[in-house]
Amino acid sequence: MTTTALAITERRPGLLGWLSDQFWRHPGMFVLLLLTPPLLWLGIVYIGSLLALLFQSFFAIDEFSGIVDYSTLTLKSYAELLRPANLDIIVRTVVMSALVTLASAVIAFPIAYMAARYVRGKWKALFYLGIMLPLWSSYLVKIYAWKLILAKEGILTWVFESLHIGFVLDGILAIPVIGGNSLSVSYIGTFLVFVYVWMPFMILPIQASLERVPVNLIDASSDLGATPQQTFRKVIFPLALPGIIAGSIFTFSLTLGDYIIPQIIGSSRLFIGQAVYAQQGTAGNIPLAAAFTVVPIVIMGLYLWMAKRQGAFDAL
Amino acid sequence: MTAAVSLQGVSRHFGIIKAMDEVNLEIASGEFFAMLGPSGSGKTTCLRVIAGFEQPTHGHIEIFGENATGVPPYRRNVNTVFQDYALFPHLNVLDNVAYSLMLKKAPRAERHKAAEAALDMVKLAGYGTRRPSELSGGQRQRVALARALVNRPKVLLLDEPLGALDLKLRESMQEELKSLQKALGITFIFVTHDQGEALSMADRVAVFSGGRVMQVGTPEEIYSKPNSRFVADFVGSSNILNPDQVSTLTGERRWGSLRSEAVRLAPEAGSALAGTVTTKNYLGATTRLGIDIGGGSIHALVPSGQELPDIGARTGVAFERSALHLMETEQ
Amino acid sequence: MRSDGPKASLGLKISAAAGLIFMIAPLLLIFVYAFTTEEKSYQWPPPGLTLKWFEVTLNRPDVWQALTLSLQVAAISTAIALVLGTLCAAAVSQSDFFGRETISLLVILPIALPGIITGIALRSAFSIAEIPFSFWTIVLGHATFCVVVVYNNAVARFRRTSKSLIEASMDLGADGFQTFRYVILPNIGTALLAGGMLAFALSFDEVIVTTFTAGQQQTLPLWMLEELIRPRQRPVTNVVAMIVVLVTTIPILAAFYLTRDGDQIAGSGK
Ligand SMILES: Nc1ncnc2c1ncn2[C@@H]1O[C@H](COP(=O)(O)OP(=O)(O)O)[C@@H](O)[C@H]1O
Ligand SMILES: [Mg+2]
Repeated sequence: MTTTALAITERRPGLLGWLSDQFWRHPGMFVLLLLTPPLLWLGIVYIGSLLALLFQSFFAIDEFSGIVDYSTLTLKSYAELLRPANLDIIVRTVVMSALVTLASAVIAFPIAYMAARYVRGKWKALFYLGIMLPLWSSYLVKIYAWKLILAKEGILTWVFESLHIGFVLDGILAIPVIGGNSLSVSYIGTFLVFVYVWMPFMILPIQASLERVPVNLIDASSDLGATPQQTFRKVIFPLALPGIIAGSIFTFSLTLGDYIIPQIIGSSRLFIGQAVYAQQGTAGNIPLAAAFTVVPIVIMGLYLWMAKRQGAFDAL
Repeated sequence: MTAAVSLQGVSRHFGIIKAMDEVNLEIASGEFFAMLGPSGSGKTTCLRVIAGFEQPTHGHIEIFGENATGVPPYRRNVNTVFQDYALFPHLNVLDNVAYSLMLKKAPRAERHKAAEAALDMVKLAGYGTRRPSELSGGQRQRVALARALVNRPKVLLLDEPLGALDLKLRESMQEELKSLQKALGITFIFVTHDQGEALSMADRVAVFSGGRVMQVGTPEEIYSKPNSRFVADFVGSSNILNPDQVSTLTGERRWGSLRSEAVRLAPEAGSALAGTVTTKNYLGATTRLGIDIGGGSIHALVPSGQELPDIGARTGVAFERSALHLMETEQ
Repeated sequence: MRSDGPKASLGLKISAAAGLIFMIAPLLLIFVYAFTTEEKSYQWPPPGLTLKWFEVTLNRPDVWQALTLSLQVAAISTAIALVLGTLCAAAVSQSDFFGRETISLLVILPIALPGIITGIALRSAFSIAEIPFSFWTIVLGHATFCVVVVYNNAVARFRRTSKSLIEASMDLGADGFQTFRYVILPNIGTALLAGGMLAFALSFDEVIVTTFTAGQQQTLPLWMLEELIRPRQRPVTNVVAMIVVLVTTIPILAAFYLTRDGDQIAGSGK
């Protein structure tokens, strides 16, 4: 301890000392310096690529040579989107995304509600892991597991037959459009796998929004004579809605753009993701593929705008 | 002698808000200095400018005669006790206290010895191995104090140091801070919105309002000779007389202040001021009377023993001419 | 469940339990199939159990190559994401500058938009810029969407690390770099580690973007995708699937333990 120390000390020698003083004097410049690498990366690599893709959608493929004509800007690729076959693909994908989102919300809600309200301590940690592990485990392994389950000789058929209700499964498969030869080549199969893979993304946002509902609000509601159903409808559900919307951003967007699940499990009818993949790959029609990707971007843009107005971003 | 801290025309603006507006202050070495003012008056900003967390928009700062404008906080031999204590959660109490010595590359044994001594000074000997989260609010504050003092800074800054403590702890801490400051001889500058605290602890007080320093003086001066209606009002228990009332008493058209305990009750006849009793608060040894003298009311603090007029009764008011303080400013 | 807490109704308990079983059971199934003796189909129940396929898998150079590539890509992408995500989080939480909302949006965009869009955008950008596919084009894509995971974890912790801690450190004589070393890093360290673990798991598993940025090289997920579309060696795939489950579980458990007493890992930002 010294009592004769100076009031102002010299700066640390070397470049670091000088830099540190400069950063303190110009805090704005310091923030800019911090932001430069991530902004350069995301701005150039990511936004640059997106813009390049968008740009490509304003060209069109020459019908005779099969080569993209980069000499004229045109909306032909967008017009192509409106052909019945392509419209079919878009409608099919959007309907599937909506159904998957709905089913995910229904399955996720009790889990989230239980985790937010009732489980405590060690159980809470277990619940949390029970949600996080499936959420983070491998996407392809999850699909693979369902391929095993849904296969004709797989576990589901075995369960139905062991219970001597094989006819129920046959009945389901006989339903036109959504049925098929086996579950793994039917819309039902695609739907099940979509729900399985994307549903976990719904749980955490709902749980987060439920944890923000004050307990005494629920007590107050039941004190005022509301039945549990009324409390749920009038108090809990409205307060959990931002969480459900936040979760649905994921389930909706992820289903909208997926091309692997319907390719592995499902009928041969295409979804948007598969169409994009096929157009840019074998067909070599990059402009049409780019125009196709604009569809999910626009849908998600609208969706996010709506979600923002509902205050869903706080639950993310 | 050079001032410990000298602020010369210092302003700090946040957009259109003038948190500090042309502040001039000279704080003497070894002084216990208080910055007093209502919330939002710019006290904390002033403290942060001295510590170096804020840079002044205009003006010049010197610390012990050395230019501190543009010098970052880590090069100022000035330490702060933060309002939320700001103890490092990842270090135990001893390492918190020894932090500044660690930065100076003091050998481990030496810095631990110094830290133990500092903890001893704030009566926390033996708490070194605890985590900050295991301490009470009062103990945390002592650790913050030990951490700021271990290096013997030239100036110690304290931001509302007693605000979060309960009444009893606050009173014992007031005395302790006072005796620590005497023993160490370090210049203490502390911020408070509590006028009682400022007056009882400080050698000198600066009263802030709207980013400006309204008055600087000893507690006695601030209390009995407020230079403005704001100071008289904020420092409390003074009656403010308007220029009309003052001119009937002295002939001068100035604002005046009159401490309540200087006011006596007198027969209405022969008193220069008289009025109707409107309130009567029993305070134990004294009773506080509110008397409406027309165009304003006067408070009188009188001993409870004597016979007092009832509410609604008329009474005269008297005081020594020397007790009436005439203010310099128009406001 | 504590007995003094509120009681859940039976219906709620059953539906929550059924939901969790729906989530977890299919993953457990993978562990059974890794031991099946059946080679040609996905027959249930397995006609017999064997360890033979582990040995076969261990001797497969293509599996080893894919695994090595995946680990390398994940390690380097994670390192890049750690630097970029931490810088971004530090900037956003240190000051209220104009446009910080925009920056958050920019970081989140690569995962908010479907992976196929990121993939095809990168691919067409590579072809416009005439960049040949390589190890680095895979890393470029992976690092881009891993930034957000690190960013989410770091931002949450920066928010909890109060500004006055940094000021206290500077007040006591530490310059910016010393403050970073002695105060900021110890306080955000575990959050960064957790973010890094999750970024690693994310990259190790990624297939959608990788399809577009990989060229001839095969990461482990690409190898598996090939097997899913055209099954050739079912038993080997079974074993690889089990290894993948184990490899991704470890970083997730580690991340959980690193952040358990505080902010939860920002899982919704996968
Ligand atoms: N970082 C800041 N940004 C914008 N305004 C600020 C900031 N710091 C303080 N102010 C404003 O400056 C004024 C003075 O604040 P402060 O110095 O904290 O007052 P006090 O400590 O007397 O309560 C207040 O109006 C406050 O809102
Ligand atoms: Mg300092």
